[in-house]
Amino acid sequence: MTVHIKEFPGTALSRKDFEEGRVLFTTWDPNARYAWDAGVAIGRYLAELKNGRLIGRKCHKCRRIMIPPRMVCEHCFRPTDEWVYLEDTGTVVSYSLCYVTWDVKRVKEPIIPAIIEIDGASKGMGIMHLLGEVEPEEVKIGMRVKAVWKPPEEREGAITDIRYFKPL
Amino acid sequence: MTMRRVAIVGAGMTKFVRRAQETAKELAWEAAKMALDSCEMTLDDIEAVSMGTAPDSFDGVHMKGEYLSDGAGAWGKPYMRCYVGGGTGVFSVIHGWYHVASGVFDTCLVVCEEKMSCCQPHPQGAFLTIFDHTTERPLWPNLLWIFALEMNAYMSRYGLKKEDIALVSVKNKRNAADHPCALLGDPNITVEDVLNSEVLAWPVQRLDVSPVTDGAVAIVLAADHVARRVTDKPVWIEGVGWSLDTAYWANRDLSYPTYVEEAARMAYKMAGITEPRKQIHIVEPYDPFDYKELHHLEGLLLFDKGKAPEATALGITQRDGDLPVCPSGGLLGVGNPIAAAGLMKVAEIFWQLRGEAGKRQVPGNPKRGLAQAWGDLMQVGTVVILGV
Repeated sequence: MTVHIKEFPGTALSRKDFEEGRVLFTTWDPNARYAWDAGVAIGRYLAELKNGRLIGRKCHKCRRIMIPPRMVCEHCFRPTDEWVYLEDTGTVVSYSLCYVTWDVKRVKEPIIPAIIEIDGASKGMGIMHLLGEVEPEEVKIGMRVKAVWKPPEEREGAITDIRYFKPL
Repeated sequence: MTMRRVAIVGAGMTKFVRRAQETAKELAWEAAKMALDSCEMTLDDIEAVSMGTAPDSFDGVHMKGEYLSDGAGAWGKPYMRCYVGGGTGVFSVIHGWYHVASGVFDTCLVVCEEKMSCCQPHPQGAFLTIFDHTTERPLWPNLLWIFALEMNAYMSRYGLKKEDIALVSVKNKRNAADHPCALLGDPNITVEDVLNSEVLAWPVQRLDVSPVTDGAVAIVLAADHVARRVTDKPVWIEGVGWSLDTAYWANRDLSYPTYVEEAARMAYKMAGITEPRKQIHIVEPYDPFDYKELHHLEGLLLFDKGKAPEATALGITQRDGDLPVCPSGGLLGVGNPIAAAGLMKVAEIFWQLRGEAGKRQVPGNPKRGLAQAWGDLMQVGTVVILGV
């Protein structure tokens, strides 16, 4: 069919068309607010973050120790069985050196998100967090890292109670 | 299985542009009308409409499916909207397929539309809400992160270099130069251009990424007896497959898309394909980032794990290679209006199998093609196999 069509519909606008008022448009700034219940598993996860510890859940059927903790094992489709304290150390499984923020503003010093496989959890059980106190060019996959916690009085029961992970 | 045979009998699409003057409904109408015209059908011939469109937050319209229904020709008809993130475009065909294959309807119009440009200052901001609100969002993640993390895991696992992967971007943007609707076709782009482009989230650079795009695509599905009346060149849906992995994405092996393999195996089984490397002649895997094409070719079992880059370097995936991959120009070249991009891939296979792809036509009269899309939180694979 594409061979039979000479003109395809669709009209491209440029940034200039907006800036110079050549097209009409309206805007809206939503002010959306939410309050999320953490639930049982993540509730405990957050409470332990406030205590400066990482915790996971174990499923007795597949024997996986999972982080973030969950009340239902998605593989076995049954309730998980046991709380297990984990180390606050781990291994970098992957990372990025990111020069743009979530809303696409450029930054000079890269943000370094990483997947960190947590010691004490099953193989492959990672969490997403940030790396710090490391030169960007020195970050490597397989690097051993440890959590840098906020001081106890500043913790509020959030994933950000860990400021970042730094090389061991 | 007692499903009926279903064919694609018509297809249409708008230009893919960074920002369209036409509204979302108008884009949907343009594509739908062109698809109907292409097979000399009218809306009266259509019994049901399937809509694919991605996050409501792009348009800032809740119940976007309903909002788009008028443009999609759904007035007074059975209508459903499906959404599995980036996987939507191919999933919408599966969705339309079982409307007809089940015997409930004889015809179904499938329309996919995306207008990403509404979201200000950049639709990237809307993606923040795909991450877990308690355990991830407080870190202000960026959509680029998950691609960068996956790309780095893939490169590290197989010892790949950036230049191995940049070849995909070069191939697709060059292919797109022959597509009349393409946003980023470039016949002269080189690997150096990709490697010298701005670093966004290493290893992801600007030219590794598909652009923000507005556009719409539509196809017409018909049951066997209707399809043979409408056209002498029906393109049959021979197999469909889809599968979803866990939303705990940081718990997965990011170097291999198992869910794509599961979707492919389901589709191959339905299509009676036992040796996909011989029986699939042309592929449109999902390529929002260049490494994703390679990742998906391996998940589709068309190349061994870690070997798709080598095949690309050897030219096997060029339009005139043994297995043409993204002859359309893909998302990297034609553009990535999320749901419409996936349906564009299905439309491309349709045109290629009918020998109507013009300058993009792959040689050798291909008889069977595969389109695949991917999405959600890096977890869904959707596959459609077409044949003549």
